[in-house]
Amino acid sequence: MTATFHAPPGGAAKRGLIEVSGFSLSYETLDGAMPAVEDTDLVVRPGEFVSIIGPSGCGKSTLLNAVAGFLKPTAGRVTVDGEPVKGPGADRGMVFQQYSLFPWKTVRENVEFGLKMKGISADERTRSARTLLGLAGLSQFEDHYPDRLSGGMKQRVGIVRALATGPRVLLLDEPFGALDAQTRQIMQQILTNLWQRLEISVLFVTHDIDEAIFLSDRIYVMTARPGAIKAEVDVALPRPRDAGLALLPEFLALRAELAALIREESLKAMGGELNADALQGLAINLHGASIGDVI
Amino acid sequence: MKHSTALASVAVASDRFIRETGEPARAGSVTLRPARPAPAPAQPAGGSRWTRWLRLNRGLIRAGVLGLLSIAAFIALWHVLTENRLNIYVRFMNVPSPTQVLASAEQAFSDGRFLNHILISCRRILLGFSLATVIAVPLGLLMGRYLLLRELVFPVSEVLRPIPAIAWVPMSIMLWPTNEESIVFITFLGSLFPILINTLHGMATVDEVLVRAARCLGAREAATFREVYFPAALPQIFTGLTVGMGVAWVSLIAAEMISGQFGIGYFTWESYSLVQYSDIALGMICIGVLGLASSLAIRAVGSLITPWATRR
Ligand SMILES: Nc1ncnc2c1ncn2[C@@H]1O[C@H](COP(=O)(O)OP(=O)(O)OP(=O)(O)O)[C@@H](O)[C@H]1O
Ligand SMILES: [Mg+2]
Repeated sequence: MTATFHAPPGGAAKRGLIEVSGFSLSYETLDGAMPAVEDTDLVVRPGEFVSIIGPSGCGKSTLLNAVAGFLKPTAGRVTVDGEPVKGPGADRGMVFQQYSLFPWKTVRENVEFGLKMKGISADERTRSARTLLGLAGLSQFEDHYPDRLSGGMKQRVGIVRALATGPRVLLLDEPFGALDAQTRQIMQQILTNLWQRLEISVLFVTHDIDEAIFLSDRIYVMTARPGAIKAEVDVALPRPRDAGLALLPEFLALRAELAALIREESLKAMGGELNADALQGLAINLHGASIGDVI
Repeated sequence: MKHSTALASVAVASDRFIRETGEPARAGSVTLRPARPAPAPAQPAGGSRWTRWLRLNRGLIRAGVLGLLSIAAFIALWHVLTENRLNIYVRFMNVPSPTQVLASAEQAFSDGRFLNHILISCRRILLGFSLATVIAVPLGLLMGRYLLLRELVFPVSEVLRPIPAIAWVPMSIMLWPTNEESIVFITFLGSLFPILINTLHGMATVDEVLVRAARCLGAREAATFREVYFPAALPQIFTGLTVGMGVAWVSLIAAEMISGQFGIGYFTWESYSLVQYSDIALGMICIGVLGLASSLAIRAVGSLITPWATRR
């Protein structure tokens, strides 16, 4: 099995340490440098599943893109297994929020792409791709072009494609954002299975609290822009997890805690005027009167 | 799947809420319908591949039938106007009728001279258009990828592009030692710019996330170019080739009418000088048919090698 995924010798679980320290990144704009992320530290230990959640625009994608090697930090360091990240590479698989399959390649050719770049022979590529597609329940669709797949299938292929080269870490930027709730749940299960079987580290960006809890060992909560780490939350829920998890009191407590943290930041992100009291006021005004009465 | 059964067992655990079909509904009750057999995979009613092809391509067939009808109507109108020698401000007195054109076509094809004109025109198109493709496609791809090249070449191409082929005729005759070369050159110029512009446009619209995905999978510059930029731009390149082919014919005919002693454009113009009116129409129809055929051929090649862009 390990040979099929081109996993490195010595056990994959020993590798895949992501360290981000003193990280800041500003975008150059006409109004000057706009800080997107400021002074952030985070770590993903080998084999760990870590999520980043935070309000829209807080710099989650920015951080992830820096780990992927698409952006250079303005200050600080990003290292994977101790090596500074210099640019994108096959040691860090990435799954994007937008569907990013090559439309001119069939499902199998998409999955084979990374192996082809490694110079692996066509036969071996096909074998690896088939194994992985089987794991993700996509065997029937290997000869389809992406435009004939549903959104969930496309993202499954995207994940499988990113895993095919045997990366040390997998980076996912809101990969299930466009999917419906049921499909999301199934995708989360599939991702968990793949993560456990391939023993890699995962850094997962989402704004869905339930999703973060369901998947993660640890969750980083980011502040509103410019983003920094606001809280680090251990998810000490047992595995394997299933949809019944959502009924556990521990889950509900964790979720309430995370929701409060994020709500605070979302209000900040929406502008200084809105605060919790003001929203409370709106709710009180409606008490006793129907919407129709108010209007 | 495992968790969904778990969820179901939670929600439907108490049979107090489950009722048989037919029982009156209570608030919050769940009615389970008997499971239906799974649908057979992709085997729709109505037999063979051939009939299914017919059904899927109904639109195409309809367009074909209507197209033939409209061409028939056009010929019928032409027939009525010319046979009656109508003179309604526009004068149809000297315009050859379809039957006259058919007669002169029979005569023209009876000796090899007319066929020779056609072959010479086709050869010029093939040469000029191929040269344009071989130059404009790689140039456009490189210009799309390398800003410096684009900044250097684009202004020149933008100034030259609006000059119509016919305006190039005198210059071309001065530039090239033989007449043949100057006509091919004009054909080449005509198709060069549409191909170049469309290739550039194709490169500009390549989805950045695909490039990033390729990078993350270990693709370097050359591989990204070959595996992402080129296939992503291909459908647009073929649009350019189709347009370029059309302009190549326009340019060729203009060049042949002004200079040279061969070609279908020359034949058409000479027929006017020789007062062979039905040959004028014959020449025109030939140009139309050849232009159409070459455009269709390019489209066919295009849909053959970009199946993802045209398949339904
Ligand atoms: N290229 C850019 N130039 C200038 N500002 C940018 C650029 N890209 C992002 N930003 C800004 O940086 C901030 C962080 O962006 P980022 O995309 O990382 O946020 P995010 O947390 O991923 O948001 P979302 O949840 O909406 O995807 C945003 O306020 C955004 O407007
Ligand atoms: Mg984002």
